[in-house]
Amino acid sequence: MLLRSAWRRAASAVTAARGARPAVPTRELRLRVADHAPSGTAAAPEVEAVLRPLYMDVQATTPLDPRVLDAMLPYLVNYYGNPHSRTHAYGWESEAAVERARQQVASLIGADPREIIFTSGATESNNIAVKELEAAIQPDTSLVSVMTVNNEIGVKQPIAEIGRICSSKKVYFHTDAAQAVGKIPLDVNDMKIDLMSISGHKIYGPKGVGAIYIRRRPRVRVEALQSGGGQERGLRSGTVPTPLVVGMGAACEVAQQEMEYDHERISKLAERLTQKIMKSLPDVVMNGDPEQHYPGCINLSFAYVEGESLLMALKDVALSSGSACTSASLEPSYVLRAIGTDEDLAHSSIRFGIGRFTTEEEVDFTVEKCIHHVKRLREMSPLWEMVQDGIDLKSIKWTQH
Amino acid sequence: MAASSRAQVLDLYRAMLRESKHFSAYNYRMYAIRRIRDAFRENKNVKDPVEIQALVNKAKRDLGIIRRQVHIGQLYSTDKLVIENQEKPRP
Repeated sequence: MLLRSAWRRAASAVTAARGARPAVPTRELRLRVADHAPSGTAAAPEVEAVLRPLYMDVQATTPLDPRVLDAMLPYLVNYYGNPHSRTHAYGWESEAAVERARQQVASLIGADPREIIFTSGATESNNIAVKELEAAIQPDTSLVSVMTVNNEIGVKQPIAEIGRICSSKKVYFHTDAAQAVGKIPLDVNDMKIDLMSISGHKIYGPKGVGAIYIRRRPRVRVEALQSGGGQERGLRSGTVPTPLVVGMGAACEVAQQEMEYDHERISKLAERLTQKIMKSLPDVVMNGDPEQHYPGCINLSFAYVEGESLLMALKDVALSSGSACTSASLEPSYVLRAIGTDEDLAHSSIRFGIGRFTTEEEVDFTVEKCIHHVKRLREMSPLWEMVQDGIDLKSIKWTQH
Repeated sequence: MAASSRAQVLDLYRAMLRESKHFSAYNYRMYAIRRIRDAFRENKNVKDPVEIQALVNKAKRDLGIIRRQVHIGQLYSTDKLVIENQEKPRP
């Protein structure tokens, strides 16, 4: 991606020229090379002052909640036993922690702990769920798989209705709830969900851990992707990573406690962001259904402005113009294409992520910078000039040279 | 076991806010201060002494978490955010 290669060049320039140091703080990320030891003492004289951008990309990943780190640390320091060791206290205390975490995850989604299998993340969980198709007992068994909340435009799917339909037609229902768990109320029984993928790092938990919910009544049969020592009921072999799993459980428990408070605050901030932007800029489109929408994920298209150039201009704010999993390419988002967004508007989209730790000041700063740069980029745009002159762009016949 | 007095609750509130101001990460610092204020405000009319004691116990545990996490954050602190030199500590 253009921004990353520009950052790499700037960072290598910083490490190369260790002599002259500007007094004014620069706005790049500091490049920590080789030495990962923290600088606990006063900063060395040659350290350059840099300021970090605001983080507004929570759909890509979330920071650890301090309560989660606090729960994890003992298992990274003293309680390091393998939870599958049956013969000593190290194993027993580790196993107890895993089972407590399992209960915390289950409680968040209204499931039984026996229905939760820990995995390396929602992607692995998705693979296990979809592989179930191949392990189907009846020849005509099929699977419906739907995202609960979309990660690009924040749209909420009618999960309860889909669940009801699937249940009546005896079709398995899987949902990837990575962006929804802990943010909107989910109950696997009310919504008739058979399989659910959960991601740790989307809910202020650690990266590298997730879970899959697999219904027991009526029994949903899945095939293990990963075979080995038979851990996790034979469905996912491999030593269960106690510190990560404890973090995931803690994240779920915190989410259950904070869901209402977070939702209310994030809704207010989202309203503030969209209102301020739309009041100050014409030709801004919000992508996604305005009613069935998770407030923390706002995807806006700014007409006549190229999304990548706006992202580069907004270098003081960490944002994205689409899904992180496909951000290396410059192709517009398949989601925007699917909802029928015009090609040019699809290239102009930016995703703003508001999370538990986002402040009003950060929203205001982001809005201010966004308005400033959209205006500036539009001033430079010949398309914008033509629109201002009253020309209908759709009527133009573009010819090749 | 003496019931939690108003003074005790206020001491706890002040201690939690005081400690939270030492989070070196802007986002954690702002969240902690805001959340503590909102939580104490939300529960200010609770009358049942058992419930009050449960809330006080939870707050004490949370104070412990804040202390440890503030300390760890300071050990691993990094650069400030672009808005930190512009705005005041009060969220």
